[in-house]
Amino acid sequence: MALYSEKVMDHFRNPRNVGVIEDADGVGEVGNAKCGDIMKIYLKIENDVVADVKFETFGCGSAIASSSMATELIKGKPISEALALTNKAVAEALDGLPAHKLHCSVLAEEAIKKALQDYYEKNGIEYDHSLFPDCESCTHCGEE
Amino acid sequence: MQIYLDNAATTKMSKTAIAAMLPYLDVVYGNPSSLHSAGQAAAEALADARARIAACIGAAPNEIYFTSGGSEADNQAILSAAKNGARKGKKHVVSTSIEHHAVLHTLKKLQKEGFEVTLVPVGENGIVNVNDVKNALREDTCLVTVMYANNEIGTIQPVREIGALCREKGIPFHTDAVQAVGHLPVHVQADNIDALSLSAHKFHGPKGVGVLYARKGFLLSNLIEGGAQERGKRAGTENIPAIVGCAAALEEACSHMAENAKKLSALRDKLIDGLAQIPHSVLNGDREHRLPGNVNFCFEGIEGESLLLLLDDKGICASSGSACTSGSLDPSHVLLAIGRVHDIAHGSLRLSLSEENTEAEIEYTIQAVKEVVEYLRGISPVWRDLLNGKREFIIK
Repeated sequence: MALYSEKVMDHFRNPRNVGVIEDADGVGEVGNAKCGDIMKIYLKIENDVVADVKFETFGCGSAIASSSMATELIKGKPISEALALTNKAVAEALDGLPAHKLHCSVLAEEAIKKALQDYYEKNGIEYDHSLFPDCESCTHCGEE
Repeated sequence: MQIYLDNAATTKMSKTAIAAMLPYLDVVYGNPSSLHSAGQAAAEALADARARIAACIGAAPNEIYFTSGGSEADNQAILSAAKNGARKGKKHVVSTSIEHHAVLHTLKKLQKEGFEVTLVPVGENGIVNVNDVKNALREDTCLVTVMYANNEIGTIQPVREIGALCREKGIPFHTDAVQAVGHLPVHVQADNIDALSLSAHKFHGPKGVGVLYARKGFLLSNLIEGGAQERGKRAGTENIPAIVGCAAALEEACSHMAENAKKLSALRDKLIDGLAQIPHSVLNGDREHRLPGNVNFCFEGIEGESLLLLLDDKGICASSGSACTSGSLDPSHVLLAIGRVHDIAHGSLRLSLSEENTEAEIEYTIQAVKEVVEYLRGISPVWRDLLNGKREFIIK
């Protein structure tokens, strides 16, 4: 059996929405190089809808595929739907990830949330802080 | 098309070895412990293989013990020496920070049992300093174990000098020579080795068979109890076809060693020179004192697993020390030991050649790695930050 599903390999080989949005309304970066994965999401928001989204990722195959799939899942969707995106939904859309790669889908969810939070902050929009993960509390890198 | 550049992981079996094995899967299937003629035919093959392997490394036939592979040989050598030491109240072992996990994890087990272990660090060139080993020795040191050549970065260790030092002090010396045997002129007498591990599938032999060489006087304890095979030191009916294949492959490798090394090191150097042209890349391990077929690089701003997957798409089989390829969160302990920080150790690539590789394959590989590294950097936020000056280059 191959390490990754066909879906993962497809999104890894032909990632959707790769790149940068220079005048992004919100940018979110999670992970760190020490751990071996960093995801950066750029959002363009129009009328509370994710009008455009791009990503850059430093990481393994599943990290790149998770970023790609996550951008596909939120593109053209209302902010409320983007906010509701879970890592589970990303992993399921990829027809599953190996257990030790599930954190890649978590990073994708967190990167989108962080980009949305950035959008709220930049535009002075009130938001529910409890909906956003606290990056400092992430234990991913410290795990044995 | 497939370009196989992962010969440090395993090799393709040689035609000679396959041909040598076939009769023992088919015609000569007896158990060498049986008294009848079918069994005795197998026993003869076993004795013959033992003598031929012994001759290849300068040992006596009765110093050769067949095992399931390199890991078992490492385990048995280390645990035996520890047991011998403990009997005399000596419970200290010296090794290095770049050993294979078969050694490091066995040493960890010993630590849990009350042994002290000193892991001597290596320099940035990936070679342990003999003086540092000397300084680590104590009155209660019962074993020194230092690999012959490193499996990741290919660096060749000063085994002969360490062996001489150990002999002078009367301390048993074991070497994990899994990457060296069949590729370098390993000789247990000249190299002052008391115990040595080797594995057949690293030199075009079959998987599942290895050898523990133990000099007369290096007392072995069993890992596996049962029948009296291997002079009572390793129970279980001998894997005759694999043992015969191991002997055939080793003899073949040793008879072509000089010409293979010459061909391989020329290909290796071409590959190193080609990859070194990639900006912000660095060769891991000493340029001179390395296995003829080993190339290992770090490329800044990318991660190794995605590099491997894309190379695989281009038909190239390679390996990486990235955490993502190991199932753990930390990158290779060897790369960390030579001073590569996590950020760049994740972006490592190991290409290990065999004499079957061609110049055309090397040229194709250089081009493919260049393209893939450039592509991955193009989608990497780390690379963007490096270019923007938001992050400082680690590899200049």
